Amino acid sequence: MRRTLTVLSLAISAVSAGLFSTTAFADEQVINLYSARHYPTDEALYSDFTKATGIKINRVDSDDAGIIARLKAEGTASPADVILLVDAARLWKGEVDGMFLPIKSKTLETAVPTQLRAKPSDDGGTAWFGLSTRARVVVYDKLKVKREDVDTYEELADPKNKGKLCIRSGSHPYNLSLFGAMTEHLGPAATETWLKGMVDNMARAPKGGDTDQIKAVASGECGIAVTNTYYLARLMRSTNPAEKAVAERVGVVFPNQQSWGTHVNVAGGAVARYSKNQTNAVKFLEYLVSPEAQNHFANGNNEWPVVKGMKLDNPALKAMTGGNFKSELVPISAVGMNQIKVQQMLDRVGFK
Amino acid sequence: MVFSSRLFLRCVLVVLALLLALPVLTVLFSWAQWNDASASILAEMASTVLPDYVGTSLLLCALVSVGVISMGTVSAAAVTLFDFPMRRSLEWALLLPLAMPAYVVAYAYTDYLQFSGPLQTGIRAAFGLEGRVFPEVRNVWGAACVFTLALYPYVYLLARTALSERANHLMEAARLLGAPLSRRIMRVALPLARPAIAAGTALALMETLADFGVSSYFGIQTFTAGIYKAWLVMDNRIAAAQLATLLLIVVVALLAAEQRAQSRLRFSSARADRHSSESQPLKLHGLSAAFVWTLCVLPVLCGFVLPVLFMVRALLQGDGVVDLPWDRFMQWSLTSLSLGGMTALLAVGAALLLAAQARLHPNWLTRQAMGVVSLGYAVPGAVIVVGLLLPVGWVQATWPQSGVGFWLTATVLGLVWAYLVRFVAVALQSVQSGYARVPASLDDSARMLGTSGLSLVRRVHWPLLKKPLAAATLLVLVDVMKELPATLVLRPFNTDTLAVMAYQLARDERLGEAALPSLALVLVGLLPVILLSRTLRRS
Repeated sequence: MRRTLTVLSLAISAVSAGLFSTTAFADEQVINLYSARHYPTDEALYSDFTKATGIKINRVDSDDAGIIARLKAEGTASPADVILLVDAARLWKGEVDGMFLPIKSKTLETAVPTQLRAKPSDDGGTAWFGLSTRARVVVYDKLKVKREDVDTYEELADPKNKGKLCIRSGSHPYNLSLFGAMTEHLGPAATETWLKGMVDNMARAPKGGDTDQIKAVASGECGIAVTNTYYLARLMRSTNPAEKAVAERVGVVFPNQQSWGTHVNVAGGAVARYSKNQTNAVKFLEYLVSPEAQNHFANGNNEWPVVKGMKLDNPALKAMTGGNFKSELVPISAVGMNQIKVQQMLDRVGFK
Repeated sequence: MVFSSRLFLRCVLVVLALLLALPVLTVLFSWAQWNDASASILAEMASTVLPDYVGTSLLLCALVSVGVISMGTVSAAAVTLFDFPMRRSLEWALLLPLAMPAYVVAYAYTDYLQFSGPLQTGIRAAFGLEGRVFPEVRNVWGAACVFTLALYPYVYLLARTALSERANHLMEAARLLGAPLSRRIMRVALPLARPAIAAGTALALMETLADFGVSSYFGIQTFTAGIYKAWLVMDNRIAAAQLATLLLIVVVALLAAEQRAQSRLRFSSARADRHSSESQPLKLHGLSAAFVWTLCVLPVLCGFVLPVLFMVRALLQGDGVVDLPWDRFMQWSLTSLSLGGMTALLAVGAALLLAAQARLHPNWLTRQAMGVVSLGYAVPGAVIVVGLLLPVGWVQATWPQSGVGFWLTATVLGLVWAYLVRFVAVALQSVQSGYARVPASLDDSARMLGTSGLSLVRRVHWPLLKKPLAAATLLVLVDVMKELPATLVLRPFNTDTLAVMAYQLARDERLGEAALPSLALVLVGLLPVILLSRTLRRS
């Protein structure tokens, strides 16, 4: 027992010496990054930046809420320089809570379209910039469902689709943002009726992630499902025959092309309010809208680049739309502000 | 001199208890911050979803209790009271599911058993069937199975420790009085193990109540789901904390009821006589051996072997594994182990200090301190993070030069603090159930012979508590390695653990790739499980 504990303590003290070392700031070219992006493919993005600039990246990946809570507690002592979040409503919330430092950058302002970045503050600075977008689309069973039955979001609640719908939890940020945008299009009362209609149409209670929904359609458990495009693109590009077969069995619709366009969510970045390496932080954000980085978002993680005119080099994204589609232009602040209202609607109609 | 050391010890205890209780106190303090926004959120939830959350949580707890008590106690009784083929191997193999995080078990089973999984797809294809072959895995019943398989080792480990230290002279006396084996087990052995079974069940239930990973993946609406919703979606930490206090009330009631029941019984006994005939397990043959063997193999098979096989299958079929930074696996493993080990030693030290104080100087203050410290385990990890970050944020804002906000997250201090808040209760349960079996008469004798205070703990309690302390170390170590919410938020830069990597990949819906760090986590978790299991047997 004693020997076991001694060996354990020695091993621990050796490693904990490393763990206790704090982040070095002085003189070293560095940025400290809090990221809600959880994609292993982003490793290449970060190492390319370090190679190109010599600036080292210290990183913590967490979820959006954790990052915001951490920033609030750290206050002026926060070591964070750059914050990356993956949901429009969260970016808006970070801005409202004063987590971000509005910055001026010609490069970023030129590259990122107005509707995909924060409104300028009084001194002309911008609190956050969108870096990539994700379309929330409908997939359907090509054998059992007609494409024209699901080419708008409104039809997801139509009685003709009864018993066919699969969707992840309504409280997931991807769905909350879609429903928040729908509240802007339809108004609160009609949105609640729409949500109730979706509950009535469900093939099973909401569970799992977007990939689960696509697989459920391919296996015949449901007829239609809602997913972000990059999950489908990943299956389409998989080298695993079973996953490829899943992607081949389902059709994809970019809803509302004849009206307000398909809902897109945005992943974006900002400089932290108390950043001590502001110049490097801005450099990093500017790097993320460079052609190489934008190409990485499109190729590495199957997202849509924000920079207009980018040559899309992703066969799956091209196959889905021919490379382009009409996306909605609902203000991100409205999506963020509707979030609580939407959750309460979900609770009332029993959308889990 | 005696007075000053006692005073010093008390000060240490008060500071320790305050540090460990801080997040829970912050949560309780939320009622003082009552405002219209949180009130309207709570009112709205109460009229729509709260009753459902409460009902689901209660049902889940009831099912998990039945599951872990039966599975944990039966297997513990089997390996300590009987001898049958493979008993020695099963003795430690039954601990294996301890190394598996519940969410990994959930992912593994779902991936294999769901409608679109290989089993149902295969059966449908083979027999030309349509529709669901067997019921949906992802519901309350499925979750109860997952929790039972992942958490029964708490009951098993503590009950086994208690049973192997059972009062042999009592069993011997019962035998001499003509009690048959079944009666000796039911009337002597199991009642003696009851504090341990109760402690293990309490741990399993608190873990179930605090869980978010399994319930969110299964889409079941537990009370914790409501707390997360209030915090993450409604962005109202006050409402979330207020909901968390309701959860705490349930846990307090559970613990209080259990303690009241236990206080009516005396469990302690003198040191077991190793040479008693009753200390030799009863040899089983034929059908009875096969039956007991099956009872012990099933938990290992369902809680460990099958999930591992399902994960290996997902790993082999998935692609993109080559993209994983293989060279960093060792670093992630070492980080997981060292965080776990560091916390385990601190937690066991703190638990021993608290339990010894409660034993030597039982008073109102000590009882309250232990009660509040115990609650930490039932508080969802994310709520502990909030409960810890809120006061730190306040200190940082009031004294900006203090840099306390920086120290909390730029070093492992905040993380280890959060772990201790959550897991000292685990160590405490084990140490307390160990203490419950040390008769008070030993303390009295020691005092009459002039030994008291810390010396009594060192010379009398410590040798008798070695096994429960080793069990506590093991439980905390593997618990920390599996912990997620606090690790995600509070870890310093570039300090990833295996659990974090598994979670990040699973969150990105790359189950095949998530299988690799999950398997590594299981593998690294096995080292302490085997090491300490051997130690437990020897000591």
